[in-house]
Amino acid sequence: MVAWNKLKITVHTTETENYLYKNSFDVEGGNFSNAGTVSTHIKSILKNIGLPNNIIRKSAIVCYESEINIVSYARKGIINLTVTTKTVEFDIIDEGPGIPNIELAMEQGYSTADRQIREMGFGAGMGLYNIKCYSDIFNLSSEVDKGTFLKIIINIT
Amino acid sequence: MDIETIAKKLNLKVRSASDNLKNNVTGGYTGDLLSDVMANSHEGDIWITRQVHQNIVAIATLKEHAGIILVNSCEPARDTLEKANQEKIPIMVSDLPAFELTGKIYNLLEKKD
Repeated sequence: MVAWNKLKITVHTTETENYLYKNSFDVEGGNFSNAGTVSTHIKSILKNIGLPNNIIRKSAIVCYESEINIVSYARKGIINLTVTTKTVEFDIIDEGPGIPNIELAMEQGYSTADRQIREMGFGAGMGLYNIKCYSDIFNLSSEVDKGTFLKIIINIT
Repeated sequence: MDIETIAKKLNLKVRSASDNLKNNVTGGYTGDLLSDVMANSHEGDIWITRQVHQNIVAIATLKEHAGIILVNSCEPARDTLEKANQEKIPIMVSDLPAFELTGKIYNLLEKKD
């Protein structure tokens, strides 16, 4: 175990990985009244760790968009957060309809959101595109009628 | 410039977090698409929008906006107000449309700087 950064953060060491923080957060599909709660919580965790502001900013954007995607389209999902001395990593897994055409879903402006979602100002077809823009590694895979898996890595430089 | 000064000069009606009007406004962003605001607004911005539902509070909290102004006399939903008071996000209402309000606030901030 080593101390990291100016804050007294403990680096956990297992056989396979070193990390500063690791946790999973449940997100409920369809519940817009709580949308953003997990992202707000994760942001405060990243602040407490003492990460640079630009990394916190990017993380908040990708986390929020991912959370909103679960709320908007999936039955439920999990946001797994791992912070190391070099990266902020999100593994986001949902149970939902999946994405039939990932290439199309990545296009800015393409959206399958219904009217209700759009009226709230979501579903503009910017979510996945924004996530990709603010990630250093972005990996999206999906199975129709099962769900979607999104891996995002933001490098701390 | 703080929120209180802007609220007085532009005759805004304060609807939530009236104890937090000393928040410093360093810029502004106008938009109703939440992903756009999420990606492009900054900490310390005053957010001008006509969305009235509670998710605006989550965005303003995450982005650490100084406050939110609703345009065209749109009133915040009740649960929006509850959340805004919890999170200490001032929400104000203007009778101006977004274009005019944005211009006036832009001028106020430019003069100050």
